Amino acid sequence: MAAAATMMPYFGQKVSSNSDLAPDWTSQEVSTGTTIMAVEYDGGVVIGADSRTTTGAYIANRVTDKLTPIHDRIFCCRSGSAADTQAIADVVTYQLGFHSIELDEPPLVETAANLFKASCYRYREELSAGILVAGWDRRKGGQVYCVPIGGMLVRQPVSVGGSGSTYIYGFMDSNYKPGLSKDQCLELTAAALSLAMERDGSSGGVVRLASISEEGVERRVILGNQLPKYSTH
Amino acid sequence: MALSNVLETPAAGFNFDNAARNAALEGLFKGGQAPKPLKTGTTIAGVVFKDGVVLGADTRATSSEVVADKMCAKIHYISPNIYCCGAGTAADTEKTTELLSSNLTIFSLNSGRNPRVVMAVNILQDMLYRYHGQIGANLILGGVDCTGNHLYTVGPYGSVNKVPYLAMGSGDLAALGILEDGFKPDLELDKAKELVCAAIHSGIMSDLGSGNNIDICVITRQGVDYIRPYQESEYKDSRKIKYKYRPGTTPVLTEKVVPLKLEVVQEAVQQMDTA
Repeated sequence: MAAAATMMPYFGQKVSSNSDLAPDWTSQEVSTGTTIMAVEYDGGVVIGADSRTTTGAYIANRVTDKLTPIHDRIFCCRSGSAADTQAIADVVTYQLGFHSIELDEPPLVETAANLFKASCYRYREELSAGILVAGWDRRKGGQVYCVPIGGMLVRQPVSVGGSGSTYIYGFMDSNYKPGLSKDQCLELTAAALSLAMERDGSSGGVVRLASISEEGVERRVILGNQLPKYSTH
Repeated sequence: MALSNVLETPAAGFNFDNAARNAALEGLFKGGQAPKPLKTGTTIAGVVFKDGVVLGADTRATSSEVVADKMCAKIHYISPNIYCCGAGTAADTEKTTELLSSNLTIFSLNSGRNPRVVMAVNILQDMLYRYHGQIGANLILGGVDCTGNHLYTVGPYGSVNKVPYLAMGSGDLAALGILEDGFKPDLELDKAKELVCAAIHSGIMSDLGSGNNIDICVITRQGVDYIRPYQESEYKDSRKIKYKYRPGTTPVLTEKVVPLKLEVVQEAVQQMDTA
């Protein structure tokens, strides 16, 4: 094996092609440039995401589901590289399922978050994945954990992620209050995501929402023409 | 962790250890660029309809500006109920689908059942993710199994999308326009075939890398109908004369025979045991 390979830093992963026949986006990595959000309420969590997956300037999938179930009452919201986040989610689903069978009881959200962190931190140089882990368990109720790029882990009552999140920090800070009800959380999430999708080119499509509580998981979709409308002029 | 039904790829197979070194050597080659793998421009499309899945593809394989193969088969067999269209680097799509087909055949022989489409998708995703995008294969997998009719796309980096209709390849934008306009859930077979054919046709018209004929593959519970070609190109040439000459066309003027002297160096005879 070439010794030179270990000295050079690992350059980009693009399968590059300057052929006239093949457009640029056929060789770009698929990214979920995105907006994701998760909010805790008393008794559960509400999570939401947009539905756009891009390869460069082309939208590869306009109805993506970025809310991925990890266990019966634990979901993760994926942002970053589509391939990396799908792979990590699969690995954690397996590990958590195994762990849950060993314990013979439903796993804790904190455990799931730590499993994500372990993978994201260990392979931080190779991966590009920002993940929100959210769910309900009997010990601490509804919880939201943020595992951004780099592999940090922190619990937050409300968290946003992805490329579109930068546009809604102000909205979040001014509109979130502790002690919201489930419906208020759903409205807040839908509104925040709509605002982000309006401004961020890499976010769009439909808004997918889910609420997780002891009773179960309720999923819904808000189509493009049903989104709350905000006009600046 | 190797599953019992999947062959472990031998270490002598794909080896991308030099990828980082090659990237670093980019500027040193003549012309400033390393030789690139050949990609065949393509238009492939798939649609889920009421009773199954319809896959379509053009049949042109190009080698830079020359059409290398006018009747190339881009819809690959995976299993009796699953077929796969491939875009991207031709060699990669060919070998990846063959590997997948072998693995699923082993599974079928072991378990006695037809494989499910999710199995094919998972094996592909595993393999392509492991190679970090070095295998340039953009695949559309379509099939019918006991859980229903499915259409998936797998990207070269290992990302998977499950969709009711899609197009890939260099002609995908043109084809997707037709699909977006004409797709409805639960189409009838004829409408679905027409839609896919129109989509590929628009890819052929608008993309230089796609062309010639259109292949269609219809997969239903009852079986597979692989129509090759479904529609022939209207620009097909018809040869006016045959370029075949009968023996004796060229006159022989003189003939000279020179025997070659060969020495027998060693002769060994081994009796075959046919008892």
